[in-house]
Amino acid sequence: MGKRVLLIEDEPNIIEAISFILSRDGWTVHIHEDGTTAVDKVRAMPPDMIILDVMLPGRSGFDILRDLRGDDTTKSIPVMMLTARGQDKDRELAMRLGANLFMTKPFSNTEVRDHVRDLIGA
Amino acid sequence: MVGQKLAGSRIRERRLDRGLRQAAVAETVGISASYLNLIEHNRRRIGGKLLTNIARVLEVEPALLIEGADTETLDGMRTAASVFGKDVEVARAEELAARYPGWATLIADQAQRIAALQAQVQALGDRMAHDPQLSGALHDVITAVSGIRSTAAILVGPEDLDADWQKRFHQNIHDDSLRLAASGEAIVALLAAPEADLAGAAAPTEQVWAWLAQTGFHVTALEDERETPQSICAAAGLGPAATSILLPYLTRYAADVAALPMGRFAKLARDTGYDPSQIALQTGARFDQVLRRLASLPAGEGHPPIGLAQCDASGTLQVFKQIAGFALPRFGGTCPLWPVFSALARPEQPFQQDVVLPDGEETRLRCFAVSNLQALPHLGAPPTATSTMIVVAHPPDHGPAPLPIGISCRICPRMGCESRREPALTGVAPG
Repeated sequence: MGKRVLLIEDEPNIIEAISFILSRDGWTVHIHEDGTTAVDKVRAMPPDMIILDVMLPGRSGFDILRDLRGDDTTKSIPVMMLTARGQDKDRELAMRLGANLFMTKPFSNTEVRDHVRDLIGA
Repeated sequence: MVGQKLAGSRIRERRLDRGLRQAAVAETVGISASYLNLIEHNRRRIGGKLLTNIARVLEVEPALLIEGADTETLDGMRTAASVFGKDVEVARAEELAARYPGWATLIADQAQRIAALQAQVQALGDRMAHDPQLSGALHDVITAVSGIRSTAAILVGPEDLDADWQKRFHQNIHDDSLRLAASGEAIVALLAAPEADLAGAAAPTEQVWAWLAQTGFHVTALEDERETPQSICAAAGLGPAATSILLPYLTRYAADVAALPMGRFAKLARDTGYDPSQIALQTGARFDQVLRRLASLPAGEGHPPIGLAQCDASGTLQVFKQIAGFALPRFGGTCPLWPVFSALARPEQPFQQDVVLPDGEETRLRCFAVSNLQALPHLGAPPTATSTMIVVAHPPDHGPAPLPIGISCRICPRMGCESRREPALTGVAPG
């Protein structure tokens, strides 16, 4: 089984596209669509990396990231933020909270795949 | 008077515009060319028959030669200079207005228009940044585009896809295209806002003032009790914030109507020479209520122009009815010497104060003001304060020495004023 990527995202078509791309690249992709329970999900089964959307139902990706970085069991998991909010202040906030990468939608499939390779290989 | 003083400049300008020689005009009206020259350089006063004769030769109304630029235009020109102009000869604004009144009005109007457009751009910018509907629609567009881009890239990519995957991805693109279309329509609807929404770019208080100004601050439907404050608000077409300001104003207006019906009140106002203290004594009404009723006298029935200002304890204006000479500055704070503000320091004590403006005509206005405190039903809570002032144009008599005031420090020439907050523009003060 390939290394595990947890995709925390609520848009079904984006989930399907990213899952397809990463699966074909050899990763095992797990999906979680709810912001309020995302941290519990990570703690229960820590993945090798996380792709985290910012605007999620129930809780923002920034809040989730803050909790992950404050928990010893999850703080070293690479996180790639994925968002439609590409403003500088959002990027700065994500990096300040400890994101490893910040990608804005719309994204290129190649970029997503390459970033995942880089982050899990790092 | 400055207007009179510059009548000569206007005569000269008009004569030159019409291509008439000084000597020819002088001969026609029966004076020497040298005397007309003195008049044209404002070294001799002019009036009476000579003015009428010169005006006839120049084919212009005598009043147009005598009257200077109005205070509002001059203030507008000086404001334009303060905001948009560098090295503008502010000290010569009056001369410019006297010689070219049309251009002067245009300058003032354009400055006002620019300021209004800047405010609108600011409001629309804020809206772009903070409007949750617009933000949501844009998010939907980006999400749909992301899905389409990623899915389309998979479909045209090098990998072989079986029929099931192809069908799913085609369906996803179709779904996202529908979402994109809907989001696009939503954005167009939001951005192609109707005029009412653009009016919403103004602050809610200003929207209410503009609505009241359309009525002349005389709400006929409440005067004859045809409508309720609620029904008027519903028909006013204002946004929720402006409506939340207009409704209590109209509710109080209705209470004022009930206490002081207009028919009897208008007669009493005339009979007392628009003296609010006399009216209050004769009717037993509150002084602030009388002030508001005086400001709501209908236009076109021979009443003098009466302005109205009402502010809270912070000095923030809540209601403002403009009349000639009594205007808000387009930029910066209002002169703190207006009685509506000083009334806050002497609550529950009505007073009269004549004021004089620093315009060329030294316009004199009569103010009546009172501030009222209202206790709140909470222990320890400070009372709310409301100050109300009316401004009556053309006071019928000269009372005590008027208080010299201004519109705003930036355009006020009263250099020695102890209430000055900031320096005046260069050239505003007399040279």
